[in-house]
Amino acid sequence: MKISDIKNLLDAEVICGEEHLDRDVYSACGSDMMSDVLAYVKDQAVLLTGLVNSQVIRTAEMMDMICIVFVRSKRPTEDMIELAKENGVVLMSSKKRMYEACGLLYTGGLRGNGEQHE
Amino acid sequence: MRLAVFFIREASAETENSMSESVKFHFDVNGQSFTSAGQASVQVKKNLRELGISPEVIRRVSIAMYEGEINMVIHAHGGEADVEVFEDKIVIVLNDHGPGIKDVELAMKEGYSTAPDNIRSLGFGAGMGLPNMKRYTDDMKIETQLGVGTKITMTVNF
Repeated sequence: MKISDIKNLLDAEVICGEEHLDRDVYSACGSDMMSDVLAYVKDQAVLLTGLVNSQVIRTAEMMDMICIVFVRSKRPTEDMIELAKENGVVLMSSKKRMYEACGLLYTGGLRGNGEQHE
Repeated sequence: MRLAVFFIREASAETENSMSESVKFHFDVNGQSFTSAGQASVQVKKNLRELGISPEVIRRVSIAMYEGEINMVIHAHGGEADVEVFEDKIVIVLNDHGPGIKDVELAMKEGYSTAPDNIRSLGFGAGMGLPNMKRYTDDMKIETQLGVGTKITMTVNF
């Protein structure tokens, strides 16, 4: 799935990283707890979260994630947008709630397939 | 809303090439704000990339160190981080002068946390920090003394 497909499926607004929308995404993770996100390595993944602080961007950076979708109309701060731009991470905001957003991506063909690091 | 304020000093990186062919990075992690926690790990990630380390190893090192850094800010008002890159491994040493860990075995259990509630609303304190650090490293040693501090040594082999 492309990042642009995620944008369409979630009817999301792109906040930054418009130039990376044709990148492929292979897995996803939905959580407000960053340590849960950090427990599973995923390949070229998208993060769905309702949490808004700079650690969300750092977590994505540590995990080499390429796209973050803020659910429930949450919006990142300017600092977060700057951090994301530095790292080439796409930020989006969607009105969907977490459960619905995850379901839409899953049925759209994006499986979790994250494997816990042994 | 009650929000504890943490202090973190600008992570200052010093790179030095020692004679033993290892490369060392040193960071001060002092808790000024939770917002800037993780800066040292971000810098380490960049430095390791420049050294041409494989992405998989970089990811393991930076995630383990990031969790450690967050722990130091949450529990110990910061501390020091040293990363040494050898030919066949990377060693991360995290040193703090915090309260120490009362029960290491319990602290290693997934889901067990002594972090205050406000930390959970910031996305951490789920009791996954130490388990994640162990998960991503090949070796992890915890030396801790109540009221004195904690030293964690982690090794990632290439």
